[in-house]
Amino acid sequence: MHLPLASQIINLLAAILLLLSFAMLTQRRILSLINLFAMQGLALTLSTLVVAYSTGQHHLYYSAALTFALKVLILPWVLHRLIRKLNVKWDVETLINIPATMLVGIVLVILAFNVALPISQLAGTITKSTLGIALACVLLAFLTMITRSKAVPQVIGFLAMENGLFFAATSATYGMPMVVEFGIALDVLVGMVILGVFFFQIRERFDSLDISHLEKLKEE
Amino acid sequence: MPGPGSALTLILGVILLWLLLGLAGVFFPRNLHLVSRVLFPVGALGALALAAAALNALGQSTHSLILPLGLPDLPFHLRLDPLSAFFLLLLGAVTAGISVFAAGYFRKGEGTPPGLQCLYYHVFIASMALVLLADDAYAFMVFWETMALSSYFLVTSDHTKPEIRRAGFLYLLIAHVGAISILLCFGLLHGSGDYTFDNMRSVQLAPFWATVAFGLALFGFGAKAGMLPLHVWLPEAHPAAPSPVSALMSAVMLKTAIYGLLRVLFDLLHVQVWWWGVAILVLGIASALYGVVFSAVQSDMKRLLAYSSIENIGFILVGMGLTVIFQSYGMHSLAALALTATLYHCINHAYFKSLLFLATGSVLHATHERALGKLGGLIHRMPWVAWLALIGTLAIAGLPPLNGFVSEWLLLQAFLFTPNLPHPYLNMLVPVAAAAVALAAALAGYVMVKFYGVVFLGQPREEHLAEAKDAGIWERAGLIWLAAGCIALGVAPVAVIGVIDSVTGHLLGRTLGASATGWMFLTPISAGRASYAPFLFLLVILAVWLATWLAVRYYYHAGVRRAPPWDCGFPAQTARMQDSAEGFGQPIRQVFEPFFRMNRELPTPFDAAPRYRVSVEDHLWYWLYLPLAKVTDALTRVVTRLQRGRISVYLMYSFATLLVLLLFVQ
Repeated sequence: MHLPLASQIINLLAAILLLLSFAMLTQRRILSLINLFAMQGLALTLSTLVVAYSTGQHHLYYSAALTFALKVLILPWVLHRLIRKLNVKWDVETLINIPATMLVGIVLVILAFNVALPISQLAGTITKSTLGIALACVLLAFLTMITRSKAVPQVIGFLAMENGLFFAATSATYGMPMVVEFGIALDVLVGMVILGVFFFQIRERFDSLDISHLEKLKEE
Repeated sequence: MPGPGSALTLILGVILLWLLLGLAGVFFPRNLHLVSRVLFPVGALGALALAAAALNALGQSTHSLILPLGLPDLPFHLRLDPLSAFFLLLLGAVTAGISVFAAGYFRKGEGTPPGLQCLYYHVFIASMALVLLADDAYAFMVFWETMALSSYFLVTSDHTKPEIRRAGFLYLLIAHVGAISILLCFGLLHGSGDYTFDNMRSVQLAPFWATVAFGLALFGFGAKAGMLPLHVWLPEAHPAAPSPVSALMSAVMLKTAIYGLLRVLFDLLHVQVWWWGVAILVLGIASALYGVVFSAVQSDMKRLLAYSSIENIGFILVGMGLTVIFQSYGMHSLAALALTATLYHCINHAYFKSLLFLATGSVLHATHERALGKLGGLIHRMPWVAWLALIGTLAIAGLPPLNGFVSEWLLLQAFLFTPNLPHPYLNMLVPVAAAAVALAAALAGYVMVKFYGVVFLGQPREEHLAEAKDAGIWERAGLIWLAAGCIALGVAPVAVIGVIDSVTGHLLGRTLGASATGWMFLTPISAGRASYAPFLFLLVILAVWLATWLAVRYYYHAGVRRAPPWDCGFPAQTARMQDSAEGFGQPIRQVFEPFFRMNRELPTPFDAAPRYRVSVEDHLWYWLYLPLAKVTDALTRVVTRLQRGRISVYLMYSFATLLVLLLFVQ
């Protein structure tokens, strides 16, 4: 029972991924948010490894290594450094209260599963049942971005969304071509650098990282 | 004789040369010497080569080419057929003169650096040539937009002045509204196939959709041509641009719009309905009358010429409308006559209008004045410009034996055959239209007397006009080329119609065949009805002129005497006693008062320091454009409510869109 075991492991990891997404949605502290993001990256790496091993797709090993380096090591490290430099280890406050956010999240998961159902039935891959979870992760990360009012958590939400997309790619099509993956990885890295610069600029201008200050920029 | 393929290759080579010249300008933006002494003259040579290639291709079969440029799976299709060859000939022949003039025109320290002007200029002419060659909607729109953008930068080359920026914006706005309309028209025409013109030719549209496509094309190309309700950009943009650019826009760019309309009407659409022709005819007459009446009351020489362009576009549209009417009733030889008049007027207008715009450029450089009220008497200071401008003035006024007469005569000949139309209302109404066209042509003569008389004749109205210098050698060369064209087109109409015949033969399947009766007499239908011998005309005029001159010189009083003029009882005659531009236009202002929105300030007879002020504005601006602008503004205010300035709200918008799309896909 080689293959069923692999798909069971992948399903388990997918469930963990979804759980982590929910945890990120409700997490108030920036520091914990970064750790959750790193854990999500780890789960993603593991699932990619399992898919690679069970299907014998060699390039997925590279992509797993890339994911590990980027999302478990580099990005969390950059984020840690960033919040230390910016001196923002305060609690994050959510815009609407946590139970309501959770309820909205559950609705989103149901929606995602329903939307992904016809596609999953068509897909012939061993990981087909996980497409709904991947889509749910994307939507939950989006919701995280919407509900946050500080800049750093929003960026983490953005990165988490990319995690969901990557998971969708591995689960539906056994990963994208290597060139595309490299491109996306580079994009994420560069995006992070640019956003980091923006953080400093925003703080310099408004003395805080609360993006509600940006409302003043609107043209009257 | 080389084949059509090599002609197309040569034309593409010239286009490439122009683009390279433009690039060279970018690398040496401030090197005036290089730009004016090398790049522009070489561009003019290229234009000549292009005209020669186009002339060669006119009599030959069509030739297509697929350029490996553009998007993947969507290459640019090019095609050289007689219609595009004719307009390329016009482009090349006129641009050669304008480029030579431009070599002497651009100076240091005036607006955009000369190198950049060179880039915009050459991109502009290259994109116009490519518009004429395009054989699919994608390539056509890309080149069309390139043309609009490059000309926008040329118009705003003096962008430090707010009114020039405003004129440029208005131009760009109307150009884009028109482009959207053209795009929608192509969207209808392509049916369910791809966007090549080949496919559009084979599509059979239902009558309703064909009419909608026609309406969109008329609106879109009319906006570019300056057809009546869409003309407002023209009198703003032409005066704002440097003179070679105004000349190029008026002479060639307006004609690309005419080309587009002809292409859609007679090539891409498979049917013509008679009332489409009536619509074009009515709009054409409205443009012609409106343009000429407005140009009569202008007091800025370039605005005057811009309004005159609207009038000439009106004539061209009238000819096109007649063509459609005749063609839809199966009267093919008359349709060929009307189309010949249309195309003839296109090339005529290109010649004389660019000549006059360039002449105003020389005047502007010599005097730094554009207002007619501050010019005068320049024929003594600038004899070259004045005499060459006289040729253009006579040509545009429609006097034989110059070129303006031929096309207007042909157009009126076409009108004379409308009683044969099998439609009673048309029979009765079209003569009224003919009268209106004749009125506009006569008023054009009036306008040109005003233009020439006030600028070049009489006494200088300002002190500093005495220091005005005549145009340089390059400017003169450009003017001479265009003036020679005006004469040649007027004296050799049979040869010109021989060239146009290949276009009418291609579009309508019938030619005028005027060359059958020999080169001396132009007989459009039959010798019994009407014929015209321009060469004899020229000989008679020359003979009369020579006899008069000899008589005056040797018989009445030998030798020229310079003496104080008869002073009419005024011992001190000043320049202010001459008729002014406003005064000359006053009768027209009175007769056509309902056309204008006038704002006058008349001094009382007892005023010690009398000041006369009049401003003439366009009703359409207040009735059509300002209400539209207000509605747009109100709608924008509503849409602006979406802009909250909060990132989470913006994210919410995209999130909601994503969810809706997901549900929709499901």
